[in-house]
Amino acid sequence: MAGLMAGFGHYTHAVVRGIPASLAKEALRSSQTEVDLAKAVKEQEAYVEVLRTRLGLEVVELPADESLPDCVFVEDAAVVCGDTALITRPGAESRRGETEAMKGALKDLNLNIVEMTDENATLDGGDVLFTGREFFVGLSKRTNQRGAEILADAFKDYAVSTVPVLEGLHLKSFCSMGGPGLIVIGSSEPAQKALKIMQQMSDHRYDKLTVPDDLAANCIYMNLPSKGHVLLHCTAEEFPESAKESLNACSSQFASPCRVFIS
Amino acid sequence: MKLVVCHVTLLDGTDFTCEVEKRAKGQYLFFKVCEHLNLLEKDYFGLTYKDNHDQKCWLDPTKEIKRQIRSNNWQFAFNVKFYPPDPSLLTEDITRYLLCLQLREDVASGRLPCSFVTHALLGSYTLQAEIGDYEPDQPRPLDFISQLTFAPNQNKEMEEKILELYKSHRGMTPAQADTQFLENAKKLSMYGVDLHHAKDSEGVDIMLGVCANGLLVYKDRLRINRFAWPKILKISYKRNNFYIKIRPGETEQFESTVGFKLENHRAAKRLWKVCVENHSFFRLNAPEPPTKARFLTLGSKFRYSGRTQAQTRMASSLIDRPAPSFERTSSKRISRSLDGAPMISITEAGRESAENGREPHLELHSDSKDHDKTQEEVLKHQASISQLKRSFMEAPPPSPPQPNQWEKRLTSSPATIRLQQQQVSLAEEIASVLFSRHTDIGLDSTAKAACIFPEPPLDAVKTTSSAATSSSAAVCSFSAPQRPLATLSTALSATEVSVPQTEAATADNAISDTKEPAKTTEVEIEETVVVQEISRAPKPGLVTVAASTPAAPSAEQEMREQEVEVQEEAVVVEEAKPRKEESISSESESEEEAEYHPYLPVSISHTQIPEEKEEEEEQEKQEEDKTPELQVLASDASSLPAEVIQPAEETRREEVESKKEDNTETEKTTNAEEEKEVERETEESTDDPMVTPDEAPNGLTLPEEGVTVMDARAEEEEEPKMNGEPSLTEAEPLPQVICCSEPPVVKTEMVTISDTFAAQKTEIATKEVPIVHTETKTITYEAAQLDGNGDGEPGVLMTAQTITSESLCTTTTTHITKTLKGGLSETRIEKRIVITGDCDIDHDQS
Repeated sequence: MAGLMAGFGHYTHAVVRGIPASLAKEALRSSQTEVDLAKAVKEQEAYVEVLRTRLGLEVVELPADESLPDCVFVEDAAVVCGDTALITRPGAESRRGETEAMKGALKDLNLNIVEMTDENATLDGGDVLFTGREFFVGLSKRTNQRGAEILADAFKDYAVSTVPVLEGLHLKSFCSMGGPGLIVIGSSEPAQKALKIMQQMSDHRYDKLTVPDDLAANCIYMNLPSKGHVLLHCTAEEFPESAKESLNACSSQFASPCRVFIS
Repeated sequence: MKLVVCHVTLLDGTDFTCEVEKRAKGQYLFFKVCEHLNLLEKDYFGLTYKDNHDQKCWLDPTKEIKRQIRSNNWQFAFNVKFYPPDPSLLTEDITRYLLCLQLREDVASGRLPCSFVTHALLGSYTLQAEIGDYEPDQPRPLDFISQLTFAPNQNKEMEEKILELYKSHRGMTPAQADTQFLENAKKLSMYGVDLHHAKDSEGVDIMLGVCANGLLVYKDRLRINRFAWPKILKISYKRNNFYIKIRPGETEQFESTVGFKLENHRAAKRLWKVCVENHSFFRLNAPEPPTKARFLTLGSKFRYSGRTQAQTRMASSLIDRPAPSFERTSSKRISRSLDGAPMISITEAGRESAENGREPHLELHSDSKDHDKTQEEVLKHQASISQLKRSFMEAPPPSPPQPNQWEKRLTSSPATIRLQQQQVSLAEEIASVLFSRHTDIGLDSTAKAACIFPEPPLDAVKTTSSAATSSSAAVCSFSAPQRPLATLSTALSATEVSVPQTEAATADNAISDTKEPAKTTEVEIEETVVVQEISRAPKPGLVTVAASTPAAPSAEQEMREQEVEVQEEAVVVEEAKPRKEESISSESESEEEAEYHPYLPVSISHTQIPEEKEEEEEQEKQEEDKTPELQVLASDASSLPAEVIQPAEETRREEVESKKEDNTETEKTTNAEEEKEVERETEESTDDPMVTPDEAPNGLTLPEEGVTVMDARAEEEEEPKMNGEPSLTEAEPLPQVICCSEPPVVKTEMVTISDTFAAQKTEIATKEVPIVHTETKTITYEAAQLDGNGDGEPGVLMTAQTITSESLCTTTTTHITKTLKGGLSETRIEKRIVITGDCDIDHDQS
């Protein structure tokens, strides 16, 4: 049935942004480990390669901006659902500039642009989980109530529920959608707690896929016209246990093969 | 016979006028309207009127119109009352059409918020349904469209999109267009949500939304909480407070109560009613029995009286008539708004002058001369629409968020609250408190043999619940009693332990009891609870928490003697009841409070068996199979319909006075003393719970008056120490039954958010007449055949019981009896809280 709220719709485009050299030194970090810039660049190349050739998506590559060390994390700059793109107001001041390029790119894709102009509002896309039927917005260090309200206004058809994110950076630091009606969730306590809240708040039922590592719960689910269900998830080298879980889930959830590893 | 003229505004904006007798009930008018509309599936609809405060209220079909409207304004509106979650399950097109009309209004007024594109799509279906195929010859379609209202923030751009989409619907029949409209509308997150302004316990403005699934809490249009119906144990209001008692979550131990402040008591009551109705309609198989039967009630006896969704679906599946022809126009609406503007000729659907060459997507359908497109075609067509949508993307963004949308929604919903109403004078409040207190005493104490423990005149008893939120905020209500009654509860709990052996024999009886006849039984039980309590000493060998008192026997002897007397009292009291009720029930809006227990099964939550809870769905199914009415919650009985049903003969004896209370009082003292003794004894042994199921007869000792099967059984099995707890039973795999019963209580419990423990303490210190508040809930939950939905649950919950006694010591115990796979049963004590006068809390779990 066609309706407007067609779940995930079809994925046609992907927007990525180059990695600035400043990422290593100036980007906001939650831990103090060294960033191997060369490796990061390589990983991203592999990622883009998968998107473009293996999945056949139209990849829009935005150039890196040295003055925006975090600009590679494009997820935070906009939330796109249906034909509407909400340009966010990132919680970290140093990242506000990232939305400009994103706005331009999305405009070029003919999306309706809604901007978050309220100066009291902050929202990182990383805190926004769209399940295909509703939104969950993590109230975190980066996202506040006002930001969530504006999102609710931009996507009026959907319920927008707030979920406190007590630990970790973003809501999607420990969860993501693994398919229609399937939430991939980390096994840490805050992750599980957040899941409980989401389940309680929802009129819909979701299956859950618990992966041992929170970080591994950050996947990208896509519905591709040509390939069907696709799940981009971490590699087995990175998180062997979690990767196995995703793999199993994949095979049980979808009839068609759907795994894509990013190596 | 005086006739009055009623004016009813219909969904298409027209007026329907009819005459009714002045004393006609709401139902009469409603049926007249449905007849006029040729509507059979009427249970989704209702009539509204504006009260003195300009609030929209639902006309109660069971009551006289005149008494409800309280003015001479016989003006009504016909509206959708329960939005079917899946409109495609409606049987008749005409019903769907009316629902569409309501939704068009909801959408256009902003009450049902939707995005720009959704507005456009819904508008396009509206055009298709109401005026048929797009007519390319139409000179200035946009002018026409702009005459109609589709959205609160309608603008040229939206109208253009509506037109584009509308063109693409060519060939769709009106019924198909309506169906598509509904398919899209039903997915909107605010579909069918009735919003009410409120404040949370911290005074923050929020909104409460009642819908088919439960209660939603919004703050600034964000959903911040949700309570599904199965999660809610009790819904009540008191003055301008609205409470829901939540069953504990997996990780929580105890129930919690969440309170909200409404603007005034009318708003609280209105919200409460809407909840009761929505719950009944969407969750029950059949409405609860008429409130008449409930005499223990104080406060509103309101219950949903119509058919439930399940019933109405059943009924409409039997509809056997040719689809009625009806005029699906809002032509009336249109012509009114057009007002002289060039009227568009309603083109015949499928006229062939298609011009859609311009629209590539439409080519799909350019061949569609036949009006009877198959469903498939329509779907295909739908697919093309999403493409079309994409083509719209280049258009400017939807207009900026409209902050006032929710406001609009509210203003047009019955929930709106006018400021002036806030001002309930303090005096009034106080008065109402007193009033309710009085009724409390009068009714409750009389009604339930509980009068034996009279309430202190000044009800120092306020219950405190830590307003809910904290998970551990087990709300065992504390009344400020002086006498430790912990014993009672222990004793009672002892009884509850089911004895597998004995059950078999009695199970049948018990079960049949639970059904129709059970009502009587339960009544009896209620009345005699006191007796039972007194006569029962905990038996040794019973499984229980607190009570296995070797010493009990002696104490018991004494009590037995007393029992007789007490029994008599009880009877008398019982007789007095109905009358009391009458006087109180004189209705009137004096109903400052009321309660409603959504269902029993909910109480299962007590069991703390995670699997049960997890299986909400399954459980729900089962719940639905059960008659919720079986529940007897003495302490909260006010809202429980079923349990209180009394045989008519008895009721007639009513003339007896409630004065007996005097006598009872004396009794009471004695009893209380007895109890104390017992308690002392028990307390010593409290620490060694024993489980010897075999020895534990689970008989019930009921007073002679209570001639029931239960009784019989009790006698048979009766042993000196059994404590008859009203609890009906242990279940044997038989038909599904849930019973929940509670012993009598002096009803003092009310959760007050503001009260704190500290405050209570001081009150408790006074030496006054003891207050006893004892609740016992027993659920017997039988799985019929585990076949259908049973995913192989390891154990079947047989009984679960929570006992709360309120006094200086508050004890809450939960027992669970489960049948395990092999037919064994296992009883566990899930939790026990003992709260002493010092407010020490001791949580115990096993």
